[in-house]
Amino acid sequence: MVTLTLDGLSARYGRRQILAGITTPPFTGGQVVALLGPNAAGKSTLFRRILGLLEGSGEVRIEGATSERPVAYMPQETGASAVLTVYESVLLARMQGRSLKVADDDLQAVERALDDLGISTLGARDIDDLSGGQRQLVSAAQALVQAPDILLLDEPTSALDLHRQISLLSILRRLARERGMLVIASLHDLGHALRFTDEALILENGGMIACGPTERVVTPALLRQTFRVEARIEPCSQGRPQLIVEAAV
Amino acid sequence: MSETTTAADAPDEGNFYRALVIRRQLILAALTLALALSLCIDLALGPARFTLSQVIAAILTPDAVSQPLRVVLWEIRMPVALMALVVGASLSIAGAQMQTILSNPLASPFTLGISAGASFGAALALAFGVTLIPGLVDYVIPINAFVMAMLTAFAIHLLSLKRGVTIETIVLLGIAMVFIFNSLMALIQFFASQQAVSAVVFWTMGSLTKATWPKLGISVAVLAVVVPLLARHGWALTAMRLGDAKAESLGVRPRALRLEVLVLVSLLAAIAVAFVGTIGFIGLVGPHIARLLLGEDQRFFLPGSALCGALLLSVGSVLSKVIIPGTIIPIGIITSLVGIPFFLFLVLNHKKASW
Repeated sequence: MVTLTLDGLSARYGRRQILAGITTPPFTGGQVVALLGPNAAGKSTLFRRILGLLEGSGEVRIEGATSERPVAYMPQETGASAVLTVYESVLLARMQGRSLKVADDDLQAVERALDDLGISTLGARDIDDLSGGQRQLVSAAQALVQAPDILLLDEPTSALDLHRQISLLSILRRLARERGMLVIASLHDLGHALRFTDEALILENGGMIACGPTERVVTPALLRQTFRVEARIEPCSQGRPQLIVEAAV
Repeated sequence: MSETTTAADAPDEGNFYRALVIRRQLILAALTLALALSLCIDLALGPARFTLSQVIAAILTPDAVSQPLRVVLWEIRMPVALMALVVGASLSIAGAQMQTILSNPLASPFTLGISAGASFGAALALAFGVTLIPGLVDYVIPINAFVMAMLTAFAIHLLSLKRGVTIETIVLLGIAMVFIFNSLMALIQFFASQQAVSAVVFWTMGSLTKATWPKLGISVAVLAVVVPLLARHGWALTAMRLGDAKAESLGVRPRALRLEVLVLVSLLAAIAVAFVGTIGFIGLVGPHIARLLLGEDQRFFLPGSALCGALLLSVGSVLSKVIIPGTIIPIGIITSLVGIPFFLFLVLNHKKASW
């Protein structure tokens, strides 16, 4: 099973320090981890640092990975206009770094990724014709088609309606369990984090302020101090924790 | 999710994709056939007119046809006709990849100042006999043109390495280059003799009649080296069209790729322009037609751009001979005069935007 450990991770943009001293216990395959924090806390930067797109001190340790490219990343940007069908745009994500010859395995991987996310019917559509939400799902398929051990998703639900938000997070949770994949998603909806994620890593101003099981870490005190909202957490009818926001502080 | 399919209504995505690939392969085959036909017509036309069957016989069995036919076809017309294909393909590929890496539909060897640099180099030789690299007397003009085109490209590359330079800035740098060289050209024409001005103006119109077998050989060699190097980056270049952030997330290094591709396509464009003069339209329009026909998957877009560019210039070569019988109009004039209305027709009648 894959594990990911961050050890004293920092990152800079030029001379500006964006992240400092992020140290976590190992996250393991099969888990869904919420990366939480207010705007400009450093969430996207942490993803880019894990991918090696930014320089800095500290270490990203990945152990037990089976895939050739263990980490796949879905950025917030869903992609510019191009004359490509959805199917082609997912295929090209699969084929990066490979030969120009497309094998049947590759086509099956594309079809599986589209099926997994319930967007098979979009395959023949031009990506320019898609809505924002559909583009976001295609973007998730582009990450998933790489069959990674670790899937990093930067605000994967930001353009989705409520139904699709719940569906996508349920699918990701199921795929993590079934495939032993570690999923780390940055989310702004703390209710979703409480409902769908196992662990939470909370950032503020580039530093880590908490890390652990989501139900233990996301507390009314944290919500007040870090997210500046008054909120209660109560069990819902299904016994899951439910966030009820009362007011902004 | 609402897009979720049921077993009954799910289309077979694999079959859709296989059909798409077959359609594109057929389009590439059709373009190749059209190109072969255009080449034969181009070879048949000239002061002495031959039939298509004579041309085909002279190509397939040169020893079995009359000597005049063989000499006219192989010694005079073949290098010119083949040069049209190679230059057309080179300019179109250069334009296609500039548009791809700069995410700009207006990018081409023309708009980045590479053609203008070449014109300036040629004008220095034509007007004042300046040789930028002494040596081969027969090649002073193309060498000057090539050197200036590559210097322009490297100036843009160096400036683009500066921190904070975006792809929009690169395009603006190119346009600035065009204006600088246009001013320098005007200055040369102001001081040069009447005869030299005529030579400069004729050179800038672009003409395939400057083609010879050795020049053709050099152009083919450069094309044969550059195309596989570009094809090696096929998937990464396709990903570049999704924007830098997306491409980077897929493992592409946009800045490094952009620089490498700019060097390669500058070489292609510089060689092409150095030998035949400035032919502006092909590098802009060839890729757009290929995009309309084949999409932007580089496995089809790259050969498609080459074929469209080659076909456009070959047809231009045919038209340059037939519009005024007995006169070969400079090819640069034909491609713009005939090609641009055709291009506008395609763009305005296409049901969807291609950019």
